[in-house]
Amino acid sequence: MNEMSKKPRMPDEVGVPDPMQYMHPLSVKNYGQWDYHDRPKPGVLRHVAKNGDQLWTVRAGTQRQMDVYTIRKLCDIGDQYAEGFVRFTTRSNIEYMVSDEAMVEPLIAELNANGFPIGGTGASVTMISHTQGWLHCDIPGTDASGVVKGLMDMLHSEFIKEEMPNRLRITTSCCQINCGGQGDIAINVQYTKPPKINHDLVANVCERPAVVARCPVAAIRPAMVNGKASLEIDEKKCICCGACYPPCPPMQINSAESTKIAIWVGGKHSNARSKPTFHKLVVANLPNNAPHWPEVNAVVLRIVKAYKKDAKHWERMGEWIERIGWSRFFEMTDLAFTKHHIDTWTGARKTMNASAHVHF
Amino acid sequence: MKDGDTKNDADQSGMHPTPMLDQLEDGPWPSFVTGLKRLRDSKGEQYAPMMNDLMGQLNHSYENRTGYWKGGTLSVFGYGGGIIPRFSEVADKYPESKEFHTLRIMPPAGFHYTTDLLRQLCDIWEKHGSGLIAFHGQSGDIMFQGCTSENAQIAFDAMNEIGFDLGGAGPALRTAMSCVGHARCEQSCFDGVKAHRGIINKFLDEMHRPSLPYKFKFKFSGCGNDCVNAIHRADFAVIGTWRDDIKINQEKVKEHVAEKGRKYTIDTVVSMCPTRAISLNDDDTLEIDNKSCVRCMHCINVMTKALSPGDDRGASIMIGGKRSLKVGDLMGTMIKPFIKLETEEDFEELEDFAEACIEFFADNALEHERIGETIDRIGVPAFLEAMEIDADPNMVNHPRTSSYVRTDDFDEESAKWFERKAAESGMVVDG
Repeated sequence: MNEMSKKPRMPDEVGVPDPMQYMHPLSVKNYGQWDYHDRPKPGVLRHVAKNGDQLWTVRAGTQRQMDVYTIRKLCDIGDQYAEGFVRFTTRSNIEYMVSDEAMVEPLIAELNANGFPIGGTGASVTMISHTQGWLHCDIPGTDASGVVKGLMDMLHSEFIKEEMPNRLRITTSCCQINCGGQGDIAINVQYTKPPKINHDLVANVCERPAVVARCPVAAIRPAMVNGKASLEIDEKKCICCGACYPPCPPMQINSAESTKIAIWVGGKHSNARSKPTFHKLVVANLPNNAPHWPEVNAVVLRIVKAYKKDAKHWERMGEWIERIGWSRFFEMTDLAFTKHHIDTWTGARKTMNASAHVHF
Repeated sequence: MKDGDTKNDADQSGMHPTPMLDQLEDGPWPSFVTGLKRLRDSKGEQYAPMMNDLMGQLNHSYENRTGYWKGGTLSVFGYGGGIIPRFSEVADKYPESKEFHTLRIMPPAGFHYTTDLLRQLCDIWEKHGSGLIAFHGQSGDIMFQGCTSENAQIAFDAMNEIGFDLGGAGPALRTAMSCVGHARCEQSCFDGVKAHRGIINKFLDEMHRPSLPYKFKFKFSGCGNDCVNAIHRADFAVIGTWRDDIKINQEKVKEHVAEKGRKYTIDTVVSMCPTRAISLNDDDTLEIDNKSCVRCMHCINVMTKALSPGDDRGASIMIGGKRSLKVGDLMGTMIKPFIKLETEEDFEELEDFAEACIEFFADNALEHERIGETIDRIGVPAFLEAMEIDADPNMVNHPRTSSYVRTDDFDEESAKWFERKAAESGMVVDG
C-alpha cells in the first residue's frame, strides 16, 4: 500500500469531465448545428455551421507517447498561432481548431517547422493506432512504437497527401490479443511455438484452474513436474495463441526467435458502402527485427503500392480485394497463398467459397 | 553491441547507451525516442534518473527482443482499479525505473482540451511522474505512463483536484470513447457527450470498484462512419442513425455533378450504394429510395454539401464487440435498430438499457467472458428475452437456414408480431 499523508484523501468521483469547458467557442455555439464540411487541402478541414460560422481544423501527426516538452511545444504553437483549443483524434493526431482562415497557413508553417507533419485527412494514410509494447506492456512480443515510427517514416508522403483510393487505416499490435484493433493493414505479433513452461514458478505465480480454463483449445492440463505442481501442454493441440501467458507469466510464449510478425489486410470499421469487416491474414513468420523491421516495411509497402495503383476511388482495401479477388491480390503483392490462409477456427467453413465464382 | 550484452551498459555519468533506440530518431515522423531523451536529459528534474533507466531497459528489450515488465496490484485510496502496475524484472540493472506504473485517466468526452488544461496535466506529471503521456490508449484513456508506487496516489490526487478521474482496468466498466460528434460534425446524429457522460458517470461504481466477470466497454459514434471503432471494439456500441429521408439539396447535387463529372458521380455515388437505392436523374438531380437505404453514410461522405442525415435522429445499439481473447474477434450485432435520442427521457431510456445489459452481464457471464461470448453461448433469442426486446429483422443478415428448431409456439409468436405491427401503425395514425 502507498505511503500517504496521515489522513487519506477520498477521491472525488467526478467521472468523465464535461468537454464543453474545453471546446472551441464556435463548437459550443454551434453544438449540433453544423451544415457541411469540406477539405480545402490535406490536413485541413473546414466545417460550416447552419448560421454560416466557419471552423477551421488543422490536423498534425504526433508520436502518441509524448514527453511534456513535446506537449508544451504543441501548446505554445496552439497559443501563438491558434486559439488554444485542441483535440486528439482516435488515432492520436492533434487537431487545432481556429475561427479564422488566415490563421491556417501560419499554423501549418509553425507545426511543420517543429517537425509535426500536417495531414491524415481524407484519402490518406493516417497515424497508426497501436499498442504499448516493450515500453510498458507486461506481455508484449514487440515494440509497436518502434514499428510505427519506421512505418510512418516510410509512409510520411502518404500522410501529408490525399492520394490513396480511400482512407488507409493501419494498426499494430504487440500480441495476438490485438489491442491495436482491426485495420486495412494490421501488423501483429504472431507466436510460432508453444510456451516454454518455467515449472519452478507455476505453483507460486499461477492459479492453475484459471490457466487451464483460459486455453481456447483445451491443450493445457495440471501436472506434477519434478515434484512440483505445474501445468503441461499438449503441443500437438496448442495453437500458440499466448492466451495462457497473461494469467500465468511462467508460460513463456515470447522468445527472441519464435515471436514473429504477421500482416493482415481488409479490416474496416466504417459502415460506409460495405458492412464492417475483420482483417484477413496475408503473410506470417516475418522476423521481429528491431529497430527497423525492414521485412515488415517491405511487405507493407508492396501492399500499399498495389492498393494505390489498382483500387478505384472510395474503395477500401477489403472492398478492392473483394472486387479483384484474392488470387489477384496475392499475385499483385508477390505474396504466397498457403494452407495457413484457410481458416480452421469456429465458423471457418463460412469463409470458404461455396460457389462457382472463380477469379482467373 | 550484440544481443544480450549489457556488461558495459552505463557510462561514467551513469547514462545508459541506447544504440538501438538511437536509430529511431531519424526520419520525418516525430520520434518518441527523442522525447524520451529530452526527459532523460532534463538535469535536476525528479524524473530524469527514472527515464535514464527506462531507456536503458527499453534498449535492452530491443536487443533481446523481450519485454521485462510484470504486473502487480496497486490502486488509490477508495478505488480498486484504474492503475496499471508495472514492476521491472531487470531492476538490478535499471533500479530507478523499477516501478513504472500507468495512471489511466478519463479524458473529456470527445477528446477536447485547451492548451491551458494540457499544461496543467503536464505540470502534474512532471512533478510526480515520468513526464511521458500518451494521448490516448486504445480504450480511450489518457495514459500517464511511469510513476512510482508512492507517487501514484499523489499524482491521482492532483489530477482529481482539477476535475479528472481514474478510468477502468481489470474486470470492470472501462473508459469509454466518443467521436467529435455535435462539436464539429454535421453527420453526428445524437449528442455523444450527453450519452457518453450520462452512462459512464451513472455506473462509475462498476469502474472504480471492479466486480464484473470481465471488462465491459461503451463506445459512441455519431454516425455509421463509426470513427471510434465501436462495432469492433465495444461491448455496447451506440451508432448514430436516422429514420426519415436523407436530406437532399438538389442545387448542390447539380454543382457536384458539374464539378466532378457525371461518370465520376455515377461511379462513386450511384454504383457504390450498397442497396442500389440511388439513381442520377437526367437533369443531374438525385433520386433516393429511402426505404431501401441502410444509412451506411457513403453518399453523404462523398457529397457533404448536397446530402445530409434526416431529421428524425437517434441511434442503433449493437452488443457484443470484442478483440481476440479467447474465442476470436467478434463484432457487435444489432440489438436495438433505433432508439430516439432527443429528450431527457430518451437518454434515460438509453441509460436504463445500458444498466440492464450490465446487470445481465454481471449475472450471467462466466469469469473472463465478454458479453458477446455469453450471448454466443446462450443464443441471441435468450438474450433478447432477458432484455425484453422483440425480435426484429434488422437483427439478422437473413433468417435461420437450419431447420433444427422447435416451432410449436410459432403461431403465438406470429400473433405477437402482428399485434405489435398493428399497434405501431395505430400509433402513427393517432400521432
